[in-house]
Amino acid sequence: MTEQRWQTTARRFRVASLWLGLAGLLAFVVADLEIITGTPGTEIGRIATGFLSPDLAATEFIWQALANTLAFAFQGVALGIAGGFVLAVFWHHRLVRAGSAVIRAVHELFWGLIFLQLTGLSPLTGVLAIAIPYAGIFAKVFGEFLEESDQRPALALPEGSGRLTTFFYARLPLIMGPLRTYGAYRLECGLRASAILGFIGLPTLGFHLETAFRQGDYSAGAAVLYVFFLLIGTLRFWLHRRLVPVYLGAALWWAPPLSSAPEGTLRRFFTSDIVPAPLKGDGSLADLWHWFARLMMEQGLPGLWHTLVLSTAALLATAVLALLLFPLVSPRFGNRVSRGAGHLFLMIMRTTPEFLLAFILLLLLGPSMLPGIIALALHTGAIVAYLTGRFTLYLPARADRPRGLQGYAWDTLPRIYPNVLALLLYRWEIIMRETAILGILGITTLGYYVDAAFAEFRFDRALVLIGLAVALNLLVDHLSRRLRQHLRLSINSGQFAREPMP
Amino acid sequence: MTTRLTALLLAVSFAMTAPLSALADTFVFTAIPDQDESRLMTRFGKVADYLSEELGVEVRYIPVKSYAAAVTAFRNNEVQMAWFGGFSGVQAQRLVAGSRAIAQGVEDPAFLSYLIVNTSTDIEPAEAFPMALQGKRFTFGSRSSTSGRLMPEYFMRQATGQSPQQFFSRVGFSGDHSATIALVQSGAWDAGVVNYKVWDQAVREGQVDETRVRKVWTTPPYPDYHWVIRGDVENRFGEGFIDKVQAVLIGIEDEDILASFPRQGFIPASNDDYAPIVNTARELDLLD
Repeated sequence: MTEQRWQTTARRFRVASLWLGLAGLLAFVVADLEIITGTPGTEIGRIATGFLSPDLAATEFIWQALANTLAFAFQGVALGIAGGFVLAVFWHHRLVRAGSAVIRAVHELFWGLIFLQLTGLSPLTGVLAIAIPYAGIFAKVFGEFLEESDQRPALALPEGSGRLTTFFYARLPLIMGPLRTYGAYRLECGLRASAILGFIGLPTLGFHLETAFRQGDYSAGAAVLYVFFLLIGTLRFWLHRRLVPVYLGAALWWAPPLSSAPEGTLRRFFTSDIVPAPLKGDGSLADLWHWFARLMMEQGLPGLWHTLVLSTAALLATAVLALLLFPLVSPRFGNRVSRGAGHLFLMIMRTTPEFLLAFILLLLLGPSMLPGIIALALHTGAIVAYLTGRFTLYLPARADRPRGLQGYAWDTLPRIYPNVLALLLYRWEIIMRETAILGILGITTLGYYVDAAFAEFRFDRALVLIGLAVALNLLVDHLSRRLRQHLRLSINSGQFAREPMP
Repeated sequence: MTTRLTALLLAVSFAMTAPLSALADTFVFTAIPDQDESRLMTRFGKVADYLSEELGVEVRYIPVKSYAAAVTAFRNNEVQMAWFGGFSGVQAQRLVAGSRAIAQGVEDPAFLSYLIVNTSTDIEPAEAFPMALQGKRFTFGSRSSTSGRLMPEYFMRQATGQSPQQFFSRVGFSGDHSATIALVQSGAWDAGVVNYKVWDQAVREGQVDETRVRKVWTTPPYPDYHWVIRGDVENRFGEGFIDKVQAVLIGIEDEDILASFPRQGFIPASNDDYAPIVNTARELDLLD
């Protein structure tokens, strides 16, 4: 590599960072950041007391909820891997890539809300709500792993080798390692998703967590949250490759993925529920246009705007937090004890549901976008910091490199920065999906209106709004992919292949 | 090691009953999550036992998360009867042809909501809606709640001549009556509306700091909570089953069971009782 090339790359990073930073600052300028400090003392005191005196006995059937959380996650992730695998084999088809992007752009909670209508309050709903978006995510990751893996073994096979033969003998073995690591990481995400599905009524940990905190029963809520922390925090001790089939079998036995909705539900959904209201009567095309225009003006466009502002501001805050926090878990800084504490802290931050952070921040700061931005940034920043910290394991470490603050500024940060940027660009899309659950702040994001449409049993509206969210996600995804290509960023390739991406 | 773990997992699983599958000959009901959701299974389990004894069929309760989830379960016949709020009951009646409102609480024909404010607003209790709230921050409870959203919004629109979004500087949905009280008390929101029973109970139990939050206005009365049953239950449980269920509900005298709702007793109801709710929901564009 020539010196010229190095400079060019660094310059591109600077320019890209500048634009992203400016977009974030602009979002902060137009965002509504009013701070209202009332007298939150009493409530904060009650929350603190609750966290200091968790009451496990207050939640009935908590162990069933734990079992359901595990069962939905294992089945959902397994089905997602299978589906993603099939899709990845056909990754070169544009249609497969577009389809995967669409199914992954819809949040698990929205899939859950849709499947509640189709398959009822059943295990199948929980499994599919995880499996479908995860199939889209796995397809992309597997597909890109395959694209970026070494092509030479495949080329070395004799002329006329079948497609499947080539795949299983010359392609798949190259990517098995990263796939395994990635699968394990995804299971953690799957467990979080499974728990969160409780917010919309599936019998997982989130069901009790949300109820307890919403009703102000903080001791009960803290206990459920601690159980959840324990589950995620001990993952690496009980998640062994050999045991996975056992867990999967137990999951299938415990919660067989069956539907509890009566026959005809599917037909009703497609032939009646999602048909736009004006078409159900004797409405004309003009009525349909009027219905659509009104929906867009009153909900779609304002929702789109608020989602964009909130997520862009949160992205900048995430970037700052991630850069500040990653040394906590990087082997280049601190000692065993400090890194242990760092891991614990980041695990707690990324496992605590955003809605809970948002509620506490709402008490402290009053209703505006600010609690939403901070809640999203704390959660996502902890994830990016954790992954960045892990990346630093593979950085070349010269014996004479500077240490401490010097080392951070002149050695580690410049080396790791491309990865941080790549991670952030991946995360942008995810932050956008997550804004859906901040309706409690009165922030009218797209998710807020989707939620309202489901509550009013207006699935026609819900589908239009979800479609809009998908379009926004595809746009951001496209933008971030272009940017990554422009910067020649890939977090899958080269020395980082052993590490998971978000 | 693996086999021992499997055995352990199986043993643990057997020790618990999977509550997910519905049995075909069981009469299943639910109740909207509204007030005190702790130990729902235990409390409503008692209601199920009572109904089972009186009706002579197996009765089971399943908990639901939200108003919409209750209506969905009713629509999909996962539950055959439910204790709904005014608006969710009307949604259910409209989505399931032939379903009937059969009973309501003694208090429900004339239900009320309270407007509560943070004391820093200096607004005093009065007969009329306090117009001084203009430009303040205001929160409803749950989006589909009759007492936490629908009826208060209707009466507030009448009083102010504006939509809440126009009248207040900011409008939120706390998601729950208890959360509304906590957030108005903390000052995050200046004002909010709550179910009068939830407020009265919170005050009785000393959970409200009345130097911080006070009730300043009461809505006019409106019809609210009621039991709705699917019309097709008679195909499964025999002719006259609906009348039988209605009689059993109205006959409940056990204080313990009534406290789950919490009501003093149940009286008959019919679909027509909720016409005011339908009209209001249409006016607020919550119903087509």
